[in-house]
Amino acid sequence: MDYAAQQLLNALSFGAEYALIALGLAIVFSIMGLVNFAHGEVIAFGGYSLAVIGTVMTASPIFLMAFVLIACVAISVALERVAFRTVRNANITTGLLTAFGVSIILQNLYLLLGSPRPIPAQQFIFLAKTFNVGPIQVSSLQVYETLATVLAIIGLGLFLKRSNLGIAMRAASRDFLMVRLCGIRANRVVATAFAISGLLAGLACIFIMARRGSVTPHMGFDPVLTAFIACVLGGFGSLPGAVLGGFILGFLEVGVLVLLPQSAGGLAQAAVFLVVALLLFWRPDGILTPTTEKGDKV
Amino acid sequence: MLEISGLRVNYGPIEAVHGIDLTVGQGGCVALLGPNGAGKSSTLAAVAGTAQYSGRITLDGQDLAEMIVEDRFRAGISLAPEGRRIFSNLSVLENLSMGAATRKDRDAVERETEEWLSRFPILGERRHQSAGTLSGGEQQMLTIARSLLGNPKILLLDEPSLGLAPKIIAQIFDLIEDLRRSGMTILLVEQNVGAAIKVSDHIYVLANGVITREGDGADFGDGSDLMNELTGVHG
Repeated sequence: MDYAAQQLLNALSFGAEYALIALGLAIVFSIMGLVNFAHGEVIAFGGYSLAVIGTVMTASPIFLMAFVLIACVAISVALERVAFRTVRNANITTGLLTAFGVSIILQNLYLLLGSPRPIPAQQFIFLAKTFNVGPIQVSSLQVYETLATVLAIIGLGLFLKRSNLGIAMRAASRDFLMVRLCGIRANRVVATAFAISGLLAGLACIFIMARRGSVTPHMGFDPVLTAFIACVLGGFGSLPGAVLGGFILGFLEVGVLVLLPQSAGGLAQAAVFLVVALLLFWRPDGILTPTTEKGDKV
Repeated sequence: MLEISGLRVNYGPIEAVHGIDLTVGQGGCVALLGPNGAGKSSTLAAVAGTAQYSGRITLDGQDLAEMIVEDRFRAGISLAPEGRRIFSNLSVLENLSMGAATRKDRDAVERETEEWLSRFPILGERRHQSAGTLSGGEQQMLTIARSLLGNPKILLLDEPSLGLAPKIIAQIFDLIEDLRRSGMTILLVEQNVGAAIKVSDHIYVLANGVITREGDGADFGDGSDLMNELTGVHG
């Protein structure tokens, strides 16, 4: 029982990280139809910001975390302005290729200006503590990560439900041209989507860096690939789907590791993807497709 | 109010509208009638800014050429598009709030929203319900209300009766008549010739991208001759 509770906590923590990144991908996709594979490089940018500012300026956790969030928002919005705005009305393939191009350029910039080797970054002591709740050992990282994800989801939900801009973003996910025909500026809606995506990447970055302790040029690739799978599983374009997909993947990863015998540990990822494939066989468009989620009258 | 001269609308190599001239005066209701593919919706799209065009379109003397879609709405041009295009994932109230999103006078917006919801009680009852679950007629009412909540100078109505039951069509045209009486300037695109003639001050007939006839409502009688002409029926 204690072991199960321990693993449940692990799954929640992993799922939260995937959900944060998947939400960042999904919010841009829902409005622009763009799968932003450069999202991983936004996370890496946050990591480099943490490493540099933590070394040369301050070790204050609050300042550093705020700086990481601002840096990720800034680069995300800048990428929209410089790279993605010009291809906004192009077909989905052009957007995808642009995203890969941006991703490769940023990775190479990190290699050139940084180093191919891991660069250690400031560690936050409050994220490295462990404590016991009864027989369960809990790390503060797991608690903060899950808590931050839940708060981010609630905050995003309130923003999308209560604010004019949030409602416009939900409307844009259905009919962007009609939103523009209501006088709402397309640039503002898209830039806000990228800003939110950057903020979520920044949050994810803080927790990824707390786990890794160092930054590398390619550190964002694997998490974004996993988040992409979470989006597909949850139903691409659906924000609740992205969260659901993220948590399902987290639970699957931990579940497979727990259930597989130790000798078959190397097959863990294959087993996870097998279950994902079976789920997609059952729901080819993902669990919560935008259409079913939005309850359209057909 | 709205002046269109030498309007040509192109979709790649295909020209849908071949240099038409059209005027809508302040407080007038002008109908643009014609068969499918005549270029009616393309004309509205050019005015709303969603189609590439050459020629000149002015609103109150101001050339719209350099204005993007959003700025045209802010300048006072509101399109209630063909197919309604309500935001099916938003509630009725949220749809209406999108129409008024650019307005700063929130109290007036709230009051006008309530007026629309009382005018269409079914929308009032379903104010928190997803707009995608409304019937076609209810969605059309929502579209028109959303378009008007932006306080436009001119309302562009694209096929408001399309696909609706006769009883609902009558309600929609009653609403258009009321709007006209209240002084709203309307450019109406319709295939329902008889109903459109009744509510319009002036009519343009468009066929194959050119204006073939124009005149006041009285010039077209009850519209049956024009209807036969447009559908190719000869009596």
